[in-house]
Amino acid sequence: MDQLVHQILSGLATGGIYASVALALVMIYQATHLVNFAQGEMAMFATYLAWALMQAGVPYWGAFAITVVSAFVLGVAIERIVIRPVENSPILAVVIVFIALLFIFNSVAGWIFSYTIKPFPSPFPAEPLFGNRYLSSHELGSMAITLVVLLLLFVFFRFTPLGLAMRAAAQNPVSSRLVGIRVGWMLALGWGLAAAIGAIAGMMVAPTVFLEPNMMGGILLYAFAGALLGGIDSPGGAVLGGFIVGVLENVVGAYVGTELKLTLALVVIVSVLVVKPSGLFGKIHVVRV
Amino acid sequence: MNPAIDRRKLLGVALLVLAACALPFFIANYRVFQMTLVLAYSIALLGLNMLTGFNGQISLGHGAFSAIGAYTAAVLMDKAGMPYWATIPIAGAVCFVAGFLFGLPALRLEGLYLALATFALGVAMPQILKHKSIEGWTGGVQGIVIVKPEAPAWTGISQDQWLYFFTLAWVLLLFVLGWNLLRGRIGRAMVAIRDQPIAAQAMGVNTAMVKSLTFGVSALYTGIAGALGAIAIQFVAPDSFGIFLSITLLAGVVIGGLASISGAFFGALFIQFIPNVADEISKAAPWAIYGIVLIAFMYVMPTGVAGFVRLLRARLVRRRGAPVAR
Repeated sequence: MDQLVHQILSGLATGGIYASVALALVMIYQATHLVNFAQGEMAMFATYLAWALMQAGVPYWGAFAITVVSAFVLGVAIERIVIRPVENSPILAVVIVFIALLFIFNSVAGWIFSYTIKPFPSPFPAEPLFGNRYLSSHELGSMAITLVVLLLLFVFFRFTPLGLAMRAAAQNPVSSRLVGIRVGWMLALGWGLAAAIGAIAGMMVAPTVFLEPNMMGGILLYAFAGALLGGIDSPGGAVLGGFIVGVLENVVGAYVGTELKLTLALVVIVSVLVVKPSGLFGKIHVVRV
Repeated sequence: MNPAIDRRKLLGVALLVLAACALPFFIANYRVFQMTLVLAYSIALLGLNMLTGFNGQISLGHGAFSAIGAYTAAVLMDKAGMPYWATIPIAGAVCFVAGFLFGLPALRLEGLYLALATFALGVAMPQILKHKSIEGWTGGVQGIVIVKPEAPAWTGISQDQWLYFFTLAWVLLLFVLGWNLLRGRIGRAMVAIRDQPIAAQAMGVNTAMVKSLTFGVSALYTGIAGALGAIAIQFVAPDSFGIFLSITLLAGVVIGGLASISGAFFGALFIQFIPNVADEISKAAPWAIYGIVLIAFMYVMPTGVAGFVRLLRARLVRRRGAPVAR
């Protein structure tokens, strides 16, 4: 029983990471109806940036802030420079561009920073907080940061004019343009936000999985699964989906064995989707004939 | 359709086949081996294109069917002592069943959800192949080494050349069959389901059946390609059938041109040779170069090489003042 509680709690901690990346995927999905396969590699690259800054002597939270801001700028730049020219191409052509971005980030990171595994510091103290037996303080801290990011995003989209404009641009681009919203820039902002969220997720996960160019591969897959499980058009659902996937993965890993845990977790997710094809909280699409 | 144009097309295809037959006598053995792989890839790409290009079902997991085909062939040769040529149809049949069965639950899923389901299949396959319970057959992480087939003595050609012709024969057979399938009733039903599923159903197309059958046939093609590739490489191992292969196949289909038969060859040439070219340009970050080339292709020809060729031909015809051939 004790072990099960432990597994579920640390599952929630990794689930928080999946939830952040899932949220980043949803950000781009809502605006473009595409899943950005390069999201994980962009986060990995940003984490390397933080690592390089810390090597240069910048304190943790300074490096954290600089990284988040530069990830935002990088995200905007990618949308403006790389994605915009293929905006009106067939969907699969855009997907291939995403995959190409994945290759480029992965390869360039390996080239600049080498493929050797690097330790990444955690900003939280080494001993467990509040004397609890179940969670390390890094797990607790990263969960807290995930929740803070969520709250900030919720406030941004719900209560600021810019957030409202971004939601409008995603929902109905043509009408938004008519009322004077610059839809193209809203898209770019969405990319920037997604990249910034990804960067935070990357810095939170790096202390546990260690820093290397392929560190986000599995995480992206779980985040994708979480986003679809919760419903990819609902940010809250995607976050919940991320948490569910985290717990599922951890419990399956502990009780069935690690070698098939990825497979089993995916089988469970796909079976849920077969029963509920729009995810647990997604809108059911009704098409007008 | 204009019969004169058709005859010209037929002549073109005949010339290409002749050139393909002559090719292995003019290039080094290693290049022959590479061209054999190109031929095998082209079969896999045609299979995936049937599913994604013609039927509109995306698959990020076709590497798994390639793995099933390759392992079927390898296990039959290694454990049952079957001759290499007899294993190819069996590999195809096994993959057809696997694809059909996978296509049944996939019926409920569309777009991204199907992408995730197939992605899961692609990710899971190497893990399943490595699993202990079937290690006796698959050889676990080590994989299986296959003996390279000898060319019959009367031909007097090298092993690589023989394998090339063996693969070419399969390419011809499968492309003629595929072309026939796609231009006929079933092919039209496939395209109708892609473009207007509801209208197709109203016109009496059995959507569920056609979709799962397409999955099966697509897996059959990819499985045969996997088996042919395994015989050419003489080795199968779980990690050569990872998610990377699936993504490469999808990229090959899009680069070649969706819903185009000739696109399969362009795509196969791309995925066989561009990584080598990228490696020569930059040893440090070859995949970055590969990615840049991918993006460049998508900028210049968003409908793939085949679509680009079609566009060029249409322009040429128009400039000459003749009516645009359709």
